Amino acid sequence: MTAASTDAVVADGLEKRFGTTVALAGLSFSVAPAELFGFVGPDGGGKTTLFRILATLLVPEKGSARVLGQDVVKDLWQLRRRIGYMPGRFSLYPDLSVYENLRFFASVFGTTVERERPHIAPIYSQLEPFKDRRAAALSGGMKQKLALCCALVHRPEILFLDEPTTGVDAVSRREFWDLLGTLKTSGMTILVSTPYMDEADRCDRVALVQGGRLLAVDTPSAIAQSFERPLLAVRAASRYPALLALREFPHVHTVYPFGDTLHYVDARTGEAAAPIASELRAFLTARGFADVRVEPTPPTVEDSFIARMGVPEGTRAA
Amino acid sequence: MSAALAIDVADLTRRFGAFTAVDRITFDVRAGEVFGFLGANGAGKTTAIRMLTGLLAPTSGRATVAGHDVAREAERVKRDIGYMSQRFSLYEDLTVRENITLYGGIYDLSDRDIRDRTARMLARLGLEHAADQFVRAIPLGWRQKLAFSVALLHEPRVVFLDEPTSGVDPITRRQFWELIYEAAASGTTVLVTTHYMDEAEYCDRISIMVAGRIGAIGSPAELKQTFGAESIDDLFVQLARPAAGPQSPERPQ
Repeated sequence: MTAASTDAVVADGLEKRFGTTVALAGLSFSVAPAELFGFVGPDGGGKTTLFRILATLLVPEKGSARVLGQDVVKDLWQLRRRIGYMPGRFSLYPDLSVYENLRFFASVFGTTVERERPHIAPIYSQLEPFKDRRAAALSGGMKQKLALCCALVHRPEILFLDEPTTGVDAVSRREFWDLLGTLKTSGMTILVSTPYMDEADRCDRVALVQGGRLLAVDTPSAIAQSFERPLLAVRAASRYPALLALREFPHVHTVYPFGDTLHYVDARTGEAAAPIASELRAFLTARGFADVRVEPTPPTVEDSFIARMGVPEGTRAA
Repeated sequence: MSAALAIDVADLTRRFGAFTAVDRITFDVRAGEVFGFLGANGAGKTTAIRMLTGLLAPTSGRATVAGHDVAREAERVKRDIGYMSQRFSLYEDLTVRENITLYGGIYDLSDRDIRDRTARMLARLGLEHAADQFVRAIPLGWRQKLAFSVALLHEPRVVFLDEPTSGVDPITRRQFWELIYEAAASGTTVLVTTHYMDEAEYCDRISIMVAGRIGAIGSPAELKQTFGAESIDDLFVQLARPAAGPQSPERPQ
């Protein structure tokens, strides 16, 4: 593992159980310095457990992890100063003002807001107009910006952000990702988790997380392109009936709603998409669907996730 | 008031002190429609939903839900609607069956109705084997689908879903939407909030609240055309950006 010594994070076979629940089932990956690395997946997949281990707050049962070259179990006291961690739940003091929260987190690390001002400026400038407002009275997006600011105030070398955009509206989510882009250009290594598949494209590389395992680790475009079957977007005026009809097509693999279209996946791996489009048009037209549009469409990270996760728990028996 | 309108709102307003959380909103939702109720954090969605579900009295204006006035007949509104949210819907320390029985009791169903509907619901969801498990022990995907079915147990005319799919995997999320379509196809009216903009595209019509008002309302296709937006995500950013931008004053939740 010579190359690994330069990596910002190296995890090797991490395992963690809570009672009979397996939270992490042997996770291995590495993150390069200055990389924006995303863990994408639903709740209960193990993202929070992983972040708590990397942030030295939880000890793994098996395996090991090194952050900035230090062991997360043995070197936790040296490491804590060097990392910034933003937990998934709102972690600030609701009765303190924006400024008071920031001052508190600065003082814990023996510094002051004034001294750290230059490097938190890109985020703090957005919070400053409300610096006397109680944290509890901020909107969801602003709370997350304040939490990010508090995680940054001691000048960490790496950031662990656990679901910073969950429950936050689409506009605030975009703004938050813009901020992460700004931080990345300053050389910060950032690990971030999210349940929103569309946010994967904002990362350099992503790990797809499901059931305590990594389904894939790669760039978003490579993950999207790893989708193997013909994929077509179908538009029809009566969408739900069209979806049910497509499930009866002889070569169907899966059909599911996708934005304003239906995504149809054909079972014939390697077949060209264009002839399948004609087949589907004919099939739907014969069943009385008017104004049907079918065209091949490039797969996304979400399509790839769906293809890789197989049948989820909690699915109706077929 | 037309019988075909499940929700009928005119100039509905709610102030908290000097702050106007919901500012004269007017819209309606037809019976059997899937209506997406969108807006940035703090735009007034939660306040509006609390009024529509009979939990908060309006300052002024009028709203009828399932044919009942939300201010004068709040208790009747509550009987005729269902409600489910990601944050709270089922009791984790009760079994699946106990949860269904509890809700049946709250809505005054007879023991016989509760028994029949429980059996039907468990069969439909493929959950018979889990009937006597604690809710906390079953996977999140099942829990969400069960919570939705429980919200429909008393056969309400209108069901309110507040971020029902938050944090759920992409397959389960879509299965959940198929349950919504089924319910709508059988005549139930669905009002749903979500932060997943692709789900906004699944609705018959949507409204986008901006700073206490309705900034846009229509079918996803109409709205995209009117505003020249490629997706509902783009439209949302276009409308909500002025309200959520750093220059404008923050609105309290």
